[in-house]
Amino acid sequence: MNAWQLIASGDATLFAIVRLSLMVSLSAVAIAAVIGLPLGALLALTRFPGRAALIVLLNGFMGLPPVVVGLSVYLLLSRSGPLGGWGLLFTPLAMVIAQSLLVLPIIAALTRQTIEDLWSEYRDELTAVGVGPWGRVATLLWDGRFSLTTALLAGFGRAAAEVGTVMIVGGNIDGFTRTMTTAIALETSKGNLPLALGLGIILIGLILAVNAAAWGVRAWSEQRTG
Amino acid sequence: MMRDTLSDLPLVLDRVSMRAGATTMLDQVSLTIGPGAPTLVIGPNGSGKTSLLRLCMGLDAPSEGTVTWGGRRESRQTRRALLFQKPVMLRRSVAENVAYGLARAGCPRHRRAARTEELLDRVGLLELADRPARRLSGGEQQRVALARALAREPEILLLDEPTASLDPAATRHVESIVQMAAHSGTKIVMASHDLGQVRRLAGEVVFMVRGRVREQANARDFFDRPSTPEAAAFVRGDLVL
Repeated sequence: MNAWQLIASGDATLFAIVRLSLMVSLSAVAIAAVIGLPLGALLALTRFPGRAALIVLLNGFMGLPPVVVGLSVYLLLSRSGPLGGWGLLFTPLAMVIAQSLLVLPIIAALTRQTIEDLWSEYRDELTAVGVGPWGRVATLLWDGRFSLTTALLAGFGRAAAEVGTVMIVGGNIDGFTRTMTTAIALETSKGNLPLALGLGIILIGLILAVNAAAWGVRAWSEQRTG
Repeated sequence: MMRDTLSDLPLVLDRVSMRAGATTMLDQVSLTIGPGAPTLVIGPNGSGKTSLLRLCMGLDAPSEGTVTWGGRRESRQTRRALLFQKPVMLRRSVAENVAYGLARAGCPRHRRAARTEELLDRVGLLELADRPARRLSGGEQQRVALARALAREPEILLLDEPTASLDPAATRHVESIVQMAAHSGTKIVMASHDLGQVRRLAGEVVFMVRGRVREQANARDFFDRPSTPEAAAFVRGDLVL
């Protein structure tokens, strides 16, 4: 079966793999966003000793090697690890946790930069009307929402495309933790290149579709609120 | 709307200096601003007008000296509003910009829509309510900022050369809103280096040169009998450096 036939056939196994991949990556981005957006904003608005070092660290962590993150989470969750009792290793949840850690620095670092730029414009006005720290964070995150979608998309792209962490903590178990990227790696090593290629095309298509949707929402709401 | 019973007036600066590094923005300024007709702060660029207004707002703290509002060192700044030369427009619609000001001033949620409409009507922007604020012209943006400032029902409205980059029509529009606010009892303190504007609006003039107040006088006296050579030059329209 070649790649196009596979896509056209709407195969149930394929559908399950696509669904799991999307679910894991989107959940990871959601979790990383809930933590990373306010964290980045706070980092942009506060001054404390060691702040510069923290920013450098965060920026550097944007390039964390997925296999290293995978290995760290593996050590945490493995039977003999500190969180081994939770029995999470080789489950989709483990993959979500690992990808969240991978994506968090990307979202937090890009948010920090965006909010800091916006703050330099808003500072006087918000100070003059007496907005408190949490009000500032909320205002800046809301008003920076268009630029921040780019941070979320960068995070999603990273999560959807990586294979290292999900392979290590998920284990590529057929029908349970097999994602598009781990399936592509497996099929390639088995020599089933058409199937690997088909999965690759679908994966790229999905990433493009998510970006197109985000672009559409952004253009539509930017039209309304500038 | 919640209103303090305490007044922010008179606003008193007592031997206030303002420095940043080696630069002195304000040098031993003592000034009392009481209720009444608009006070226009005039002087060349770099004379300290902006620094003075920021101090009056409580946005900056003086390097030396004290600022008091109605005799108090600390005063809730909901009673004051400051308009910047270049208005900061939130990335929201015109109405949402005004509603933001209302929310910050403690206006309850259920009253905001009606109050927003009222304020937009006052500045003549009702038809533009749903437009993105950042797409408006400079003059319209300054009127949005005015509506947002008036949302605070300020006792003192500070304006930092709000018409410096506006054309005559837009300037006239802003001035008439300011005059309306003055008539309804808001104390106006406005920086300007436009002599015509000063003649149109001022009840009182504070004339500044190089971080010092050279003269504070009734507007008519200032124009008829300026008491310093710099002020006389300024009134003649000569360049004061």
